[in-house]
Amino acid sequence: MEIAVVDYKGGNVQSVLFALERLGVQPTLTADPEALRKADKVLFPGEGEASSAMQALRAAGLDVVLPTLTQPFLGICLGMQLLGQHSEENNTSLLGLLPFTVQRFVPDAAHKVPHMGWNNLQALRGPLFAGVSAADHVYFVHSYYAPVGEYTTAQALHPAPFSAAVQHGNFHGVQFHTEKSGAVGTRILANFLDL
Amino acid sequence: MVKKRLIPCLDVRDGRTVKGVQFEGLRDAGDPVALAARYAREGADELVFLDITATNQRRQPLTELVRDVARVLDIPFTVGGGISTVADVEALLLSGADKVSINSAALARPELIHELAQRFGSQCVVVAVDARLVEGQWQIMTRAGTVATGREAVAWCREAASLGAGELLLTSMSHDGTKSGFALDLTQAVSEAVSVPVIASGGAGQPADFTAVFRAGGADAALAASIFHFNETAIPTLKHYLHLAGIPVRL
Repeated sequence: MEIAVVDYKGGNVQSVLFALERLGVQPTLTADPEALRKADKVLFPGEGEASSAMQALRAAGLDVVLPTLTQPFLGICLGMQLLGQHSEENNTSLLGLLPFTVQRFVPDAAHKVPHMGWNNLQALRGPLFAGVSAADHVYFVHSYYAPVGEYTTAQALHPAPFSAAVQHGNFHGVQFHTEKSGAVGTRILANFLDL
Repeated sequence: MVKKRLIPCLDVRDGRTVKGVQFEGLRDAGDPVALAARYAREGADELVFLDITATNQRRQPLTELVRDVARVLDIPFTVGGGISTVADVEALLLSGADKVSINSAALARPELIHELAQRFGSQCVVVAVDARLVEGQWQIMTRAGTVATGREAVAWCREAASLGAGELLLTSMSHDGTKSGFALDLTQAVSEAVSVPVIASGGAGQPADFTAVFRAGGADAALAASIFHFNETAIPTLKHYLHLAGIPVRL
């Protein structure tokens, strides 16, 4: 199985590569459109700030390539957010694959921003969450979020519900770090590889 | 809701885990890779790895060891010690660190916090703060706790957060390694002053110390070394204790 990880200098990909290796696959880190098109699965990690990530994607021509991919595709963290229409983070236009606008959390005394740490999932649906239950925790680090919509496949609370995972056709996204979420994250990553 | 985190800390020198009292009198605590894997298995929520001699001897953290630890670790991994440039951070992230912790370099040049946050995102910038109680005031220390800066702790924490720190690792040097409990007043003052998560460190001894630092101290996470390394308190036991005490933890 050919697993491609999108290389656009968009943050820390090494943890994702190590997590895939622990699952016994040898991922290819690439920005080459042909390599991405012929991979069986594509992972799209992302961290950092939305406008610089979009700029890096455009510089590599990937803003055009990624939306045309047809195999199972998994955006992680910022990689999930970039699948939306628009982000409040520096007023950024995104890839436009899913109909959400990324918004900033508003901190209060009990809810800090970034939303950092282990939170449990709820309202799970879809093949990514086979064997995962609402009691299970995954690791989040983010200050912006996608609201809940018909595309939402998992939710978490901070304090209101937000999209912990989304899906539209072959495009999946998770706000949490599958690669850093212990056995639960490993299961979700393995479920993605099984799609 | 987001859970309170327990974070074992590996102080590493020359490839071995060590632990001292108030930053001195180090004793060996084992192989960092084996310890890291054990903690992840036991339910640690995160791991912090500090190359404790790096600042004073001016050498780079051990990227190879970082890579070996990252390879086995399926929980978040923070690396600190001697980091002073964007290039240092890039090398560590490429080795598999998820976050970096900066301390002396941020005190010497606070804009570094902003530069790192811009480049890599706040989520991977942890500012470590070593505070010592001097005549009733919490003073910030630098260079592995050997040099006083004249800065007051809460003010520096506020500045670090406003420059883009995604998290603060707050160590009371006055409590470090003493197992007498965390510095609750300091932790509470910082937690209330900033909106980013605060990791309390220094002084963990009894399970009740953790309940106190989460409840009275308002900490988001608690970091400890000795009690975990020397098998005094196992992470699953501690988590169960906290759960029964009504503290939200990941079980």
